[in-house]
Amino acid sequence: MKTIAKTGNEAMAYAMKQINPDVVAAYPITPATEIVQIFSNYVADGEVDTEFVAVESEHSALSACVGASLAGGRVMTSTASQGLALMHEILYIAAGNRLPIVIALVNRSLSAPINIHCDHSDTMGSREAGWMQLYCANSQEAYDSLIIALKVAEQTAVPAIVSTDAFIISHAMERLEVLEDEEVQRFIGEYKPRFSALDLENPKTFGPLDLQDYFFEHKRAQIDDFSKVLGTYNKVAQEYAELSGRYYPALEEYKTDDADVAIFTAGSTADTAKEVVDGLREQGRKMGLVRMRMWRPLPVEEIKAALGKFKAVAVMDRSDTMADFGGPVFLETRGILYDAKKKPLLTDYVYGLGGRNIDISDILRVYDEIEQVVKQGKIDKLITYLGVRGEE
Amino acid sequence: MQQYFEVRWHGRGGQGAKTAALLFGEAAMETGKYIQAFPEYGPERTGAPVKAYNRLSDGPIRIHTQVINPDVVVVLDASLLESINVTEGLKDNGALIVNTQEKAAAIKEKLRVTNAKVAVVDATKIAVEILKKNVPNTVMLGAMVKITGVLEWDSALASIKEKLEVKFRGRTEIIEGNVEAIKRAYDEVEVA
Repeated sequence: MKTIAKTGNEAMAYAMKQINPDVVAAYPITPATEIVQIFSNYVADGEVDTEFVAVESEHSALSACVGASLAGGRVMTSTASQGLALMHEILYIAAGNRLPIVIALVNRSLSAPINIHCDHSDTMGSREAGWMQLYCANSQEAYDSLIIALKVAEQTAVPAIVSTDAFIISHAMERLEVLEDEEVQRFIGEYKPRFSALDLENPKTFGPLDLQDYFFEHKRAQIDDFSKVLGTYNKVAQEYAELSGRYYPALEEYKTDDADVAIFTAGSTADTAKEVVDGLREQGRKMGLVRMRMWRPLPVEEIKAALGKFKAVAVMDRSDTMADFGGPVFLETRGILYDAKKKPLLTDYVYGLGGRNIDISDILRVYDEIEQVVKQGKIDKLITYLGVRGEE
Repeated sequence: MQQYFEVRWHGRGGQGAKTAALLFGEAAMETGKYIQAFPEYGPERTGAPVKAYNRLSDGPIRIHTQVINPDVVVVLDASLLESINVTEGLKDNGALIVNTQEKAAAIKEKLRVTNAKVAVVDATKIAVEILKKNVPNTVMLGAMVKITGVLEWDSALASIKEKLEVKFRGRTEIIEGNVEAIKRAYDEVEVA
């Protein structure tokens, strides 16, 4: 274990180096460019054994990853925003073929208007593709999560996206602890694919036409396997904690035991909110935080148990569903709580789109307002667009 | 809530404000601090005004917000004083450190700074004389370490030298030149 200073992008590239995948196919896009740029240096310097495939688009990048993964390789790539959007078609193909590809992603808004900064629209737009999703709060977690996600992906044959917040984490240097190369290799182990297109002794057909007769069964089987991801994740996260001393639950609770109200959010904002909670506690205000880290598959029972104990919860969503009903975390959380025996009053704050700074004062305001909801026993405003000019 | 020491760097694209923030951050980490160093990205071009930040603490840093009330502001290019409000949000009893030929008292009066100290050093001159190039960013680290007192000088200098050795592998002239320039800035910085 050693202590180093790295940005989120550097931390993710470093984890990729230690994983030493067989194939990386990638196309650059701000703010994720550095990840593969740094990784390609590792390739050029002979520090990894990876076959690096420079392609002409993200569609091609993930397509090349699909080919390499079908051939039985350990495969990774990196992208952001429009890049993930261009991969969209292939996301489903990778997941449907049960290919445990891992994407080191930086969350950036989707155009238009064009913008390079953080929100979660890109990955939230890929929720139904059959990929595990982990949202990281800092560089340390981004490094750790790539290693955890790779192992979970390979054990479950479910691909994974691990993401950080654009610039806030991707380009911010922080102090972090990293494992030794051998420790990472021992932890992830050798990848033994269930099938390989290069296994000439056992020839197989991959990706054939599948019509009304069997498509549905195969999809159902995929959904069934997807439901096992959380269990595998919990086991692998525990193993990783034993190795590193750092434990990352799928759903994290912070100072929630005696709390009346909580914020439910993800990414770097959740980290900042912990500091806010500490300040509120010093004032004697019983407030907590629940952090959404895994959003696919949804940790349904965990969310029900965690949020059910509060009088009121404010969801903070860094994207919108365009459903005229707030953000995706709010919508899905409402669905999860529908049949809960005890459920909180639930409001939504859509915030930080296009990288709008979220300050401590903004988070304090949300706590103040959710406290007011408890006092009144009712919600005045279901969905708030936090700090938008002309609205408030 | 936790106490932080926060820095804002002003420069022009290409002058190395980001590099200075990264070097300062890493040097601080070597002395046992928890650190953040991050640039502010926008539609920057060479010569356009840019900003970079540091946040230091004795414990783990969890906040990921912009720096709004810095303890120290460092200005790498004095021409920015004409167009940018560099003292915006500067904390009471904080410090403004400017790369300029002017006297500290003159800058203090010009910017009407009443709540913080102002320090100046002609980092451009030092850089041109020693490094034969207008690269004031590392030079300013010398003034920065002296004025803030937040880092121990010897270990900070050793750490910066180590980082330069990695960056300029084997180019002894550049490495030694930078170290000399940093030391000179440390000696020559003037306060009002």
